Amino acid sequence: MSNALQIALIPLLPLAAFVILGLFGNKYVNRSAGIIATFLLASSAALAFYTAYQYFFEYGKVEGVYQKVTAFKYTWLQFSDQLSIDIGALIDPITAMMLVVVTFISLLVHIYSLAYLKGEKRFATYYAFLGLFTFSMLGLVLSSNIFQMYIFWELVGVSSFLLIGFYYDKPSAVAACKKAFIVTRFADLGFLIGILVLSFYAGTLDFNTLIERLTSLQSAEFKMATAASFMGISALTWGLVLVFIGGAGKSAMFPLHIWLPDAMEGPTPVSALIHAATMVVAGVFLVARLFPVFQISPIAMDVVAYTGIISALIAAVIACTQTDIKRVLAYSTMSQIGFMMFALGVSKTGGEAGLGFTASMFHLFTHAMFKALLFLGAGAVIHYVHSNEMKDMGGLRKYLPITHITFLIACLAISGIPPFAGFFSKEEILLAAYHHYPVIFYTALITSGLTAFYMFRLYFSIFWNKQTQVHSEHSAPHDSEKHGEGGLAMMLPLIVLAMASCLAGFIHFGNFVTADGKPLTTALHLLFSVAPVVLALAGIGIATWLFLRQNDSPVKYSNKLGNLYKAAHQKFYIDELYGFITQKIIFNLVGRPAAWFDKNIVDGLVNETGNGTTTLAEKIKAFQSGKVQQYAIYFLGGVMGLTVLFIYLWK
Amino acid sequence: MITPGLYHILFISTALFFIGMYGFFARKNLITMLMSIELILNSVNLNFIAFNKYLWPGRLDGVFFTIFIIAIAAAEAAVAIAIIINLYRSHKSIDVEQTEEMKY
Amino acid sequence: MNLLLLILIPLVTAVGVLLAAKQQAKWIAFGGAAIQLITSFVLLAAFYAQRTAGNTTQFLFEQQYNWFPSLNISFHLGVDGISVAMILLTAFVVIAGVLVSWKVDKMTKEFFFLLILLSLGAYGFFISLDLFILFFFLEIAVIPKYLLIGIWGSGKKQYAANKLALLLMFGSALVLVGMMGTYFGSGAHTFDLPALAKLNMPVEVQKICFPLLFAGFGIFTALFPFHTWVPDGHSAAPTAGSMFLAGISMKLGGYGCLRVAMYLMPEGAKEYANIIIILATIAILYGAFATMMQQDFKYINAYSSVSHCGFVLLGLGMLTKTAITGAVMQMVSHGVMTALFFAIIGMIYERTHTRQVNEMGGLLKVTPFISTALFIVGLCSLGLPGLSGFVAEMTVFVGSWQNADAFHRIATIAACMSIVVTAVYILRAIGKVAMGPLKAGYETITDATWNERLATIILISGILAIGLAPFWLNDLVRPGAEIIMQKMSASH
Repeated sequence: MSNALQIALIPLLPLAAFVILGLFGNKYVNRSAGIIATFLLASSAALAFYTAYQYFFEYGKVEGVYQKVTAFKYTWLQFSDQLSIDIGALIDPITAMMLVVVTFISLLVHIYSLAYLKGEKRFATYYAFLGLFTFSMLGLVLSSNIFQMYIFWELVGVSSFLLIGFYYDKPSAVAACKKAFIVTRFADLGFLIGILVLSFYAGTLDFNTLIERLTSLQSAEFKMATAASFMGISALTWGLVLVFIGGAGKSAMFPLHIWLPDAMEGPTPVSALIHAATMVVAGVFLVARLFPVFQISPIAMDVVAYTGIISALIAAVIACTQTDIKRVLAYSTMSQIGFMMFALGVSKTGGEAGLGFTASMFHLFTHAMFKALLFLGAGAVIHYVHSNEMKDMGGLRKYLPITHITFLIACLAISGIPPFAGFFSKEEILLAAYHHYPVIFYTALITSGLTAFYMFRLYFSIFWNKQTQVHSEHSAPHDSEKHGEGGLAMMLPLIVLAMASCLAGFIHFGNFVTADGKPLTTALHLLFSVAPVVLALAGIGIATWLFLRQNDSPVKYSNKLGNLYKAAHQKFYIDELYGFITQKIIFNLVGRPAAWFDKNIVDGLVNETGNGTTTLAEKIKAFQSGKVQQYAIYFLGGVMGLTVLFIYLWK
Repeated sequence: MITPGLYHILFISTALFFIGMYGFFARKNLITMLMSIELILNSVNLNFIAFNKYLWPGRLDGVFFTIFIIAIAAAEAAVAIAIIINLYRSHKSIDVEQTEEMKY
Repeated sequence: MNLLLLILIPLVTAVGVLLAAKQQAKWIAFGGAAIQLITSFVLLAAFYAQRTAGNTTQFLFEQQYNWFPSLNISFHLGVDGISVAMILLTAFVVIAGVLVSWKVDKMTKEFFFLLILLSLGAYGFFISLDLFILFFFLEIAVIPKYLLIGIWGSGKKQYAANKLALLLMFGSALVLVGMMGTYFGSGAHTFDLPALAKLNMPVEVQKICFPLLFAGFGIFTALFPFHTWVPDGHSAAPTAGSMFLAGISMKLGGYGCLRVAMYLMPEGAKEYANIIIILATIAILYGAFATMMQQDFKYINAYSSVSHCGFVLLGLGMLTKTAITGAVMQMVSHGVMTALFFAIIGMIYERTHTRQVNEMGGLLKVTPFISTALFIVGLCSLGLPGLSGFVAEMTVFVGSWQNADAFHRIATIAACMSIVVTAVYILRAIGKVAMGPLKAGYETITDATWNERLATIILISGILAIGLAPFWLNDLVRPGAEIIMQKMSASH
């Protein structure tokens, strides 16, 4: 199999699943839809792993540097002589890594959903949408052209929309999917204009050429892009910041994060795949893809870094107060992506200074594993309890032993406790920020302590704390089978991911993924690790003290925090602010006047023209009275007028 | 006794013309209106004759025109009276005010 | 390929419909439309064959007959890529329009006769190379609409029919005056398009005639502020009527703006480009915002058509090759898309007997086929990649961005903003109609019948053909745009 075909098949197999199941699914193969889709995705995953293996170990490295390889490229739409959308595949270390992450998580989610959505009426549709999503995500990471990325960017957006709205008869799900789509669309507007700006100055849409032209300080394109400025900031920076807005929207960065918690209305496996592991890191991926260009503009880098850290902190604070377990996880996702984002923002290219880039990608990788695990674990819990609320849970460790253990592993991993995966990646991120960005470093340190606290708050509330009453009614023997942990299909992904969460940290990421393609040796600084680990342990300790047993101290302390707690619980009123802007300002001050203007002014003018004509006709009609003598008078008047005219005036 | 000159005749013809005009505008009876039209026509005839006699005595154009007008007036009177009779048959009236619907 | 076929087939069909029995009328109309669709594909193939064979003449398959020699009017036919694209669009919309009108019971024969007559006008319009013939066919395409709305419409149909006919007639009048100006002002005393294009018309004449012609045709394509016939006309028209109006009639205008106004008068186009851009940008944003506030499903799509057709005018006003290509692609894309949208609205209306989106809900449960089609067309409308809207809009945006000054930049950014507003109103409509809990009373409604399915599939395949593989349309349209731009840059 040729390389190009092999790579092309990776996204095309999920697409085939989408087409087959979308067209014939519900009617003919509803039962076996899951099997078909899983099989196709397994093939795709196998190809992706093989491709990544080939890239990293066989052909990717030339003289010690990982190259960017364009596997194939076809012109899809020619805009002008220079600009064209090419559909192609660009393989470099981050793409290869993302291929593995996306297919791997997607495969596990496919398997998991076999049990989770069993008996669902639109089973085939669900798998069709999953296939569409996987296809789009793979297309996104393979993009060789910035417009191609935009295309798949929109497609992942729409698959996310479809999957969030999968339970379409639930009004909350409908509202959530609309919100997710519109907020990310708003961000995409920035992305689109950013593309227009960058492509205008670079004279190309192709990633390789674009990066090459905009980073070589001598090229005419670079000079033009930095010389042109708007409001004192160079066009290049504007372009990058606008592109970053797109990334921030998709990655749920503050203040465009409001859609992510609501997106939890979708089926839980979907949240694991889309809203934890893959789609939401697209923004990080986008910045990483354009990283060399971002390097040129310190302002853009600062924007990335500070947006990242602010999001990380705010999300962590909010996560401490939420009671819906999926929302806690959503905010934690946002927080972790904030980590990845600021790691990119503080990074440089090459050598030790390029640690941030590697760390960010590393964290992206490990986070995908343990966050997917957390979501799938939460899915198992929800499947068992039929509720998302913490108050309906507690003491579940006896009923869900495997879920319990794997969930614990994931919590330890995200908290950054050695030797779990999160520890290694988070240490690298903190180290990257340590030297030049003290503010970011200390904020990140606090945030990672908070992370440990809210994760263990979640863990204890689900598996320890009080005894739930929910299950006494389900305890009849025939029910226990149905309401167990969901069988092998659900447990296998959990176990695999738990193993990944334990082991992923030991991969020497610096050998594979760096900003400049050259390997980077990362050493573990033991002394440096003390502070974060101690903070994490402290967070866990507090959580244990407050939530291990049912007591009233959490309520007491939250009351003491007063308004801060309330504000955090209400997500700092950002939703309300957006609601105000859209409902009150856009609808009332723009939409309604526009509609009114059209109805009354524009339409009114047309109607008035009509009415005016009629009135005029009505008036003229009086002349035609039918009275012969009147006509004669007019006639006489006319003749006399003409006489006067011709005799006296017309000389 | 003064010899009647052009101006005298013109004066009479103008008087005739306006009398006819007045009759045409003011009277409601269609026959009377027809008669008024005859007056107007005859005032024109007088003008023709007068101008012919006083300005170009050697020529007969005015006289020809007058004869022409008399002929047309006769034809016109015939048509008009025919219309009036028909109108009378359908409306039982020859009042001009009653004929408004003729405009449709 | 003989272009007369394109006129003769609808003509024969129309006569056939009139002669047939009431029950057979729709079958004859359907047969005629199908043959026409096939003919259009043959035309496309023949066109490609000629082009690949290296024939680079601007207009292919030209034919010229004397029509009114003393005034130099000739029956001059010919096509370039743009016309071929528009003819394909017409064929798609016509066959779908016939299919969704399957249940028309009142004066069936006359209904189908008028539909076919309208399509005849459109085909003739797109292949004419003589201004007078062009105008002749334009009028043929206008009159049936009045009757279609007035007789088979709903709601305020008489008001809407009057308004539409009067505004379109006003547009035609402007076109006529502009045509006369061209005829006499050019000094050539000819209506022949290629001949007029060859001689450079005096700049003063261009400055007077261009706005007349552009505004005249612009009214057809919802030029702000002459767009008010669109919402009322569309909402009062029967389903097929709305499809024809939005899918074909509005495109007559765009095509006329391009082929007549801009092609003949590049100087005039440059003179008025900024005004066009301003009006188009207003139409795009204002149409989009007005859509957000509508409750009637047909009004939603009608106002969104105003917004989308704004892209056509924007692309034309930007005066770059890419933008003009984008404008034509937007015409084709919007034509197919909006026809499908109206078809679906019609299908839903037939079942729920309401067009108020607030009164519907959860239809995905009972009518999966129609609702899925609604999703597809909605997503196409908001510019989802893979569907036709995206390709066209992006081409317009990229083309617009090539003008580097602040004025064009601001207009482009403003136009780009509409993609967000579009998402808002489309999702609002879809969310209310297809999603949410099923409203009581709709449990028993049935999904699409075979003819509706066929119509939907035909139009969706059109959307996908453009959306997934835009290069064929792009290749078809670009040379046409290129010639206009060459003329534009040659004249100074």
